[in-house]
Amino acid sequence: MKVLMLGWELPPHNSGGLGVACYQLCHELSKHGVDIEFVLPYEAEHNINFMNVRPAIPQGIGRLRAQLLGVYDSYVYDKSRPLMDGLSGEAQQVIYEKAVVELVTSEAFDIVHAHDWLTFRAALRVKEVSGLPIVLHVHSIERDRSGGNFGNPLVREIEETSLMLSDHVIAVSQFTKDAIIREYGIPANKIEVVHNSIESKNISIGDEQNSYAYLTAMRARGYRVVVSVSRLTIQKGLSNLLRAAKEVIERVPKTIFLIVGSGDQYFELIELAAQLGIAKNVIFTGFLRGKQWRDSFRTSDLFIMPSVSEPFGIVPLEAVGYGSPVLISKQSGIAEVLNNSLKVDFWDIKKMVDQIAGVVQNDALRDELRDNAYSEYQKLTWRPAAKKVMSIYEDHLVGQGV
Amino acid sequence: MSKAIVLYLHVHQPFRIRHYSIFDTGVRHDYFNEQTPELLTNNEFIIKKVAEKSYIPTNKRLIKLMKKHPEFKLSLSITGTVLEQLEQWAPETLESFKKLVATGRVEILAETYHHTLAFFYSRKEFEAQVGIHQRKIEELFGQTPNVFRHTELAYNNDLAYWADQAGYKGILAEGWDPVLGWRSPNFVYQPTYTENIRLLLKNYRISDDIAFRFGDREWSEWPLTADKFTHWLNSSGDATNFNLFMDYETFGEHQWEDKGIFEFLDSLPGEWLKTKGNTFMTVSEVIDNFEPVDRVDVPNTITWADTERDLSAWLGNRLQQEAIGGIYEMEDQILASNDLQLIDDWRRLQTSDHFYYMCTKWFNDGDIHAYFSPYDNPYEAFIAYMNVYHDIRSRIIEKGMEV
Repeated sequence: MKVLMLGWELPPHNSGGLGVACYQLCHELSKHGVDIEFVLPYEAEHNINFMNVRPAIPQGIGRLRAQLLGVYDSYVYDKSRPLMDGLSGEAQQVIYEKAVVELVTSEAFDIVHAHDWLTFRAALRVKEVSGLPIVLHVHSIERDRSGGNFGNPLVREIEETSLMLSDHVIAVSQFTKDAIIREYGIPANKIEVVHNSIESKNISIGDEQNSYAYLTAMRARGYRVVVSVSRLTIQKGLSNLLRAAKEVIERVPKTIFLIVGSGDQYFELIELAAQLGIAKNVIFTGFLRGKQWRDSFRTSDLFIMPSVSEPFGIVPLEAVGYGSPVLISKQSGIAEVLNNSLKVDFWDIKKMVDQIAGVVQNDALRDELRDNAYSEYQKLTWRPAAKKVMSIYEDHLVGQGV
Repeated sequence: MSKAIVLYLHVHQPFRIRHYSIFDTGVRHDYFNEQTPELLTNNEFIIKKVAEKSYIPTNKRLIKLMKKHPEFKLSLSITGTVLEQLEQWAPETLESFKKLVATGRVEILAETYHHTLAFFYSRKEFEAQVGIHQRKIEELFGQTPNVFRHTELAYNNDLAYWADQAGYKGILAEGWDPVLGWRSPNFVYQPTYTENIRLLLKNYRISDDIAFRFGDREWSEWPLTADKFTHWLNSSGDATNFNLFMDYETFGEHQWEDKGIFEFLDSLPGEWLKTKGNTFMTVSEVIDNFEPVDRVDVPNTITWADTERDLSAWLGNRLQQEAIGGIYEMEDQILASNDLQLIDDWRRLQTSDHFYYMCTKWFNDGDIHAYFSPYDNPYEAFIAYMNVYHDIRSRIIEKGMEV
């Protein structure tokens, strides 16, 4: 079975969870004999051997730089406004589309599987010229990315039209499936929920020195560290977290909040922390990678994902994997998967305060949550997700009489 | 009746904080030694550059002018933080300042060693810093200052009262119109509620003509010549003293050599002294020579910066307030530590420039050209500062004290 996979990013050139989810799903699919041609809008080295990764460069176009319009940049998507390299968001899609169409007219594929809005137009074009069935995989919709607001109408139009015309839709959670039905009126029986997963690893904790010497020392002195790791955008609900932090710090002054990441709310959140008078207990690290990123979880007494709208949300699972208990927003897909976690409505600051204060004042609660979540984590694999995706492929191949 | 130009130049460089991250906190205490060359937070690089562009050529010219014109005099303030940097990285520049002062026609003013706003947070700490500065000036230049200038010329009645009680014969402030009303800055005044001290007010119009507008081609008076400038002063009516207060770095650094600032400096004394009765005086001389014409009441703090002439560029937003509040909260523990290195680091962190870098008002207006900072934005400045704050805190905790 040969699948034409349309994506916008893969690690290490990813801007967020989309690239990781695509990578891990494809890895698992390949183990089950699925032959994947993965098309990216940029040219870069990936060191991937389980599938063929190729850049979407139509004839007559030179090299394209990695990271043009990001999948999370939908709010700036525009038909005419030039982004980097003088290309508008739409122009980047058109280039991608053109290259993909050139590909399907020269090579044979059984099915097309496209990930998120930036590749959906290309999938539609392929269907138009080749008649191949298209499966659209929704990792987030425009309402999620705009933090529960209406979002960019141009992007909504792309999502609505392509989901309507697709052969099948995959949603990363029931939360997302409900949102697709609500926002775009797509028939429920066309949408399959395939939860993301994680390739769990056995991580030895405390085997090396933590990069956060200060936080390690402060924890030894009775301080507790509450961590969030995300893009700093409205979708992630961090202003609510800071408001909750203020009340937690009033009750439990030995609490430090570590905010990891950057994004368009960066400056706003720093100012908010100062306005709330908690700047001395809130540490902003900016964007991190590698060991420093991992150590953010390892230094954590409680990891929080307070997202306003999180179609799946893999980061809490990473946190659990590195030995942190988690508090997650109920408005997330991960809340459907991870049982041993604290859950809160993103708007319920009072309850958030209650739960954070509970954990930072009670190590037994912290350890119980952490250990149980870790057992759940260790059982997770991508296998069920891959199986579900393969059966969707097969339904459509049968339907086509292949 | 003679008229004097009172030229007062302020020499200062802060110890800028390097891009100090949370991963340095609790590990390294080297806040001020940026290693990357050419970075604006690299203090060694900056002091050498400023020395070459401004201090060395300007001192040379000033000494030459003293030889040429026996009446030429000036007043200087020079902070402890810049003196330390000169000692460490540009000793020949420090020698040139000593040579300048050795002419006997340069008066040095008192101020806080670390160029801080401690007066508004801790009177005890403020007095300690003024004392350290005085000893440093005595040691290096053999002078004991008796006129006070406060950081950023921040001034109010309380400060005047303090300086009067402390025995200073004069104090400097901005000649700001809401304070002066119809009165002119070109006379000697006395602060309200004081017994002896005199108040010298910066004539900001003529001072800023040199300090800010000199090289501005859009300015209707461009190009400014010594001849034209002298003509303005001579035709400005009743006056005893023209207080030209500005940053020393105006010469060669804020206004570059190719804009003609050195030619202006070279010819100003000669032009001014052409008219009989015109002279130069240091701040003490002008106080000794002229009686105060009125009392000036300044209940609210004024400074020499910005269109607002208040402290909002340093303490106007919550980032600045959190940062400075955090640093002064630790005073008792820091001083009780008896750790001289820790105390010195803590004092360097009080330097007002750190808080200025966190100012968001121009950043928000998009008028970032008015904004002078070694950091990309005020938030970066704040983050680096707070990471250092946490390190200072951990050093106190290591000594077994609570913060």
